[in-house]
Amino acid sequence: MYNFDFVKPSSIADAVAALAGEDAQPLSGGQTLIPSMKARLNAPGTLVSLTGIPELVGVCREGDMLVIGAATTHAQVARDAAADFPGLAALAGQIGDPAVRNRGTIGGSLANNDPSACYPAAALGTGATIVTDRREIGADDYFQGMFTTALEEGEIITAVRFPIPQASAYAKFVQPASRFALTAAFVARFESGVRVAITGASENGVFRWAEAEAALSSDFSADAIAGLACSPDEMIADLHGTAAYRAHLVGVMTRRAVAAAG
Amino acid sequence: MPKDDGIGASVKRREDTRFLTGNGKYTDDINLRGQTYVHFLRSDVAHGRIKGIDASAAEAMDGVLKVFTAADFASAGGIPCGWQVTDRFGNPMQEPKHPILAEGKVRHVGDPICAVVAETYAQARDAAEAIEVDIEELEPVVDMVRALEPDAPKVHDDLTSNLCYDWGFVEDNKAAVNEAFEKAAHVVSLELTNNRLVANPMEPRVAVGDYDPWGDSHTLYTTSQNPHVIRLLMGAFVLNIPEHKLRVVAPDVGGGFGSKIYHYAEEAFCTYAAKVLKRPVKWTSSRSEAFISDAHGRDHKTKIELALDADHNFIALRTETYANMGAYLSTFAPSIPTWLHGTLMAGNYKTPLIYVNVKAVFTNTVPVDAYRGAGRPEATFQIERLVDKAARELGVDPIELRRKNFIKPEEFPYQTPVAVVYDTGNYHATLDKMLELADCAGFEARRAESAARGKLRGFGIAHYIEACGIAPSNLVGQLGARAGLYESASVRVNATGSISVYTGSHSHGQGHETTFAQVVADMIGVDANSIEIHHGDTSNTPMGMGTYGSRSLAVGGSAIVKATNKVIDKAKKIAAHLLEAAPEDIELKDGKFSVAGTDKSVDWSGVTLAAYVPHNYPLEDLEPGLEETAFYDPSNFTYPSGAYGCEIELDPETGKIDILRFIAADDFGNIVNPMIVEGQVHGGLAQGIGQALLENCVYDDQGQLLSGSYMDYAMPRADDVRGFTVDHSCITPCTHNPLGVKGCGEAGAIGSPPAVVNAAIDALHRAGHTHVKHIDMPLTPSRVWAAMNG
Ligand SMILES: Cc1cc2nc3c(=O)[nH]c(=O)nc-3n(C[C@H](O)[C@H](O)[C@H](O)COP(=O)(O)OP(=O)(O)OC[C@H]3O[C@@H](n4cnc5c(N)ncnc54)[C@H](O)[C@@H]3O)c2cc1C
Repeated sequence: MYNFDFVKPSSIADAVAALAGEDAQPLSGGQTLIPSMKARLNAPGTLVSLTGIPELVGVCREGDMLVIGAATTHAQVARDAAADFPGLAALAGQIGDPAVRNRGTIGGSLANNDPSACYPAAALGTGATIVTDRREIGADDYFQGMFTTALEEGEIITAVRFPIPQASAYAKFVQPASRFALTAAFVARFESGVRVAITGASENGVFRWAEAEAALSSDFSADAIAGLACSPDEMIADLHGTAAYRAHLVGVMTRRAVAAAG
Repeated sequence: MPKDDGIGASVKRREDTRFLTGNGKYTDDINLRGQTYVHFLRSDVAHGRIKGIDASAAEAMDGVLKVFTAADFASAGGIPCGWQVTDRFGNPMQEPKHPILAEGKVRHVGDPICAVVAETYAQARDAAEAIEVDIEELEPVVDMVRALEPDAPKVHDDLTSNLCYDWGFVEDNKAAVNEAFEKAAHVVSLELTNNRLVANPMEPRVAVGDYDPWGDSHTLYTTSQNPHVIRLLMGAFVLNIPEHKLRVVAPDVGGGFGSKIYHYAEEAFCTYAAKVLKRPVKWTSSRSEAFISDAHGRDHKTKIELALDADHNFIALRTETYANMGAYLSTFAPSIPTWLHGTLMAGNYKTPLIYVNVKAVFTNTVPVDAYRGAGRPEATFQIERLVDKAARELGVDPIELRRKNFIKPEEFPYQTPVAVVYDTGNYHATLDKMLELADCAGFEARRAESAARGKLRGFGIAHYIEACGIAPSNLVGQLGARAGLYESASVRVNATGSISVYTGSHSHGQGHETTFAQVVADMIGVDANSIEIHHGDTSNTPMGMGTYGSRSLAVGGSAIVKATNKVIDKAKKIAAHLLEAAPEDIELKDGKFSVAGTDKSVDWSGVTLAAYVPHNYPLEDLEPGLEETAFYDPSNFTYPSGAYGCEIELDPETGKIDILRFIAADDFGNIVNPMIVEGQVHGGLAQGIGQALLENCVYDDQGQLLSGSYMDYAMPRADDVRGFTVDHSCITPCTHNPLGVKGCGEAGAIGSPPAVVNAAIDALHRAGHTHVKHIDMPLTPSRVWAAMNG
């Protein structure tokens, strides 16, 4: 790890001001950033901690929305979202191990946009709104490929607004080493239709499976998509699975998510 | 009544109190006054020529004491190889130099080029980034078959090729074996890979070198399974330091699994640099560094064939194996695919003719050496997969085919066609025991229950035999070992009767401090708590060969028995004097010496006190004191064996395999501490199941390690390894060591991989996927799914 300065502001405004400095970078749970700094792959000049800002932490119901502060840990989401949005709570409860869940945060996960991360599937799968210090970004515009998002330099996520679906579930097939998603599906049924988001599978990061959404919107059952196949083109191929295997898992995990959502 | 802390008792491990409370003293806990830190700048390319090194900027940086390169080691030797294999034409293997720091070329990702020593670790690491190394990249060779092609890049320019040796065993059997295949009623063959593994002990390697200029003496603290071996190899062959000026200490060591047997460059570096700098030098490996600098394990590619007669008797077996040595020869690397593998190819069976061919190959990868089981898992995997395949092809029950060809209990001692003589065993007994515990009768119901949930259930078995308790020194010497393989012990009885035992074995998780004390307590009849076991320091233990190959109790324990018997003999003489009787009439029982047939007695501490306060003592016949040393060199290997059964459930949609039940029925001979034995088997099973389902060390064709961290290298976790039933009630005691023990450390890792794979194939065949003949380990979901749909 290289040397760096550390600040821990207590307001969003102070954090944004601190991030305007040279080589400044936000630090949330540190579960991704700190390991990459230890491996000397990342060398921020100043770390601006977001975990001391009270309005960034918490799970709050606002009408038919569940609003989660960016610095809320996975463990807190697993606990506090359980009543209002069990599909999301269950997803949070499957991230990493207890230590990771007690440190890692939803904002950090969405800002990082790892192609195998879990939260992007829930955000895209519900059409959530990513709220930042300066604007609101719809999930369909937010995710722009592996490790790439619509966030600008110095822009921080402050909260995520999830529309609460009538039914939802996350089906995750774990990569055996990292236990991130080898391929996972988040399925959400709304009055207006069904959304399906797939993570872990594509070289382009999280994506919506349009054919499945169409089929499920008219018949929300695993059988409705039994014959649907996802193309292996642009799927990730690595030592844990071929592109064809991941494409196959897209179908399996989506069906399992639908079955679990009931 | 048996002693509650003697042989046979499940005494809790006394060392665990300090380990579990964080009070173990590991090498990294050792910090010396004035200590400096070294960081190794390692190659990030697999193969390249070093055109120049400019360390001037680095040497000028804050806190930097010196940047070392190969030039600083001009007078030192290379890291030696401890075993010379002779090829099938009678020539010695090709043996390249293994320099401490890369000389002229880098040969694998992780090959150390420079070593930066600084006041702090961070300064050393920062300075390493300021070193400019000009490397001309060369085409690497990673695949073993490719490495043997005439136009393949050469890992070592001064060798004739990348072939280390082409070994045939038994070469004289070759023609007869081929002839048997010509005449065979059935021939079954299989091509398979034994996947490369990274040992991954919980504690990474650490070395601290210290030099005392006043005594011109060196101390090395290191994470080793065998400190005396390190002292010998490093002192005599690398740094030219005589033993009396070199102390090697391996304190608490957090797991080794073979990877801490070898003498590594970092140890020699820290020892040498401490003298140059006149300051202690410390190196602590990071986990990432461990992946590219600890010796790897396994990595064989094999074609195996079995010939059977019309009655399904095995009549001949032949194999052709490529074994990866990596870029240099690690300490025992050449012996693993040969003498620890070829000699086990008879398995538990009466195959009269066997021919094993092994081509050991240099590649631009990390050196490969022994890993838990070392050669024997590779042998067992081939045999047990092939026997299963044979049963399927012949349409017979795999259990019956095994039973039919087993060596029978009355046929021991049994001379195999591959040199070794099995002293004892009862393979039918362990098989029966395993089948009983496996509840085979209930299998169909369990399978139906799985099927109702859309899952495929399968049951697979494997038998294993291993040669442990390594080994008779004169025999291994003939086979090319450059070391003896005895063990040593000193038993020092103190004046008030407490006992300090010094063993040449080393404990790095095995529980010697508990088990060895039980043995001595049982022999003398004193409380085990009055006995302390010391190990790991060459300055106070007699020259010993350390711990690997499941040898500690069989060889090290036997040395302790020998030394304790010497102590008892002398103590009886003292007792005889005190009791005014003849030594032959003295009996020792429950810590008390008595004259046979009388009520005259003296207790243990009465005798020990007399030995050290010899007022009433036969000084003219007997020296004072009570301390004896013994060396034990076994007359044969020991041959643990067992039957393993594995029941799995396979998800046909994803290809994922879950182990539901795993039954291990082992014959380890006599058991000193059943709880520790059970723990050893559990650990071995976890590693074997890890190899079968999860672990894989993978390089790309440029020699970059793709599985270089836990993000991609899948270690087994608690939920991957459940449902173990472990039994060791089938006992055929070893016939040639005093405890009748065989060793239990590696069994789990040896017997489990084929049982798991056989279970998976069984599940697939029962579900109609009969086109799947074999799947290479690890059986990842992706591979299983591809095989099913292939
Ligand atoms: C062992 C382990 C297992 C894991 N398993 C999983 C898993 O199964 N599934 C999964 O999804 N994830 C997994 N993770 C990742 C984990 O969820 C991380 O916590 C998460 O990806 C990053 O969140 P963080 O709060 O730790 O972010 P940090 O590491 O602090 O930051 C990550 C990145 O986001 C930026 N950032 C942080 N917060 C903000 C913000 N509010 N606005 C803008 N930028 C911000 C940082 O600058 C940095 O670039 C695992 C991690 C580990 C170590």
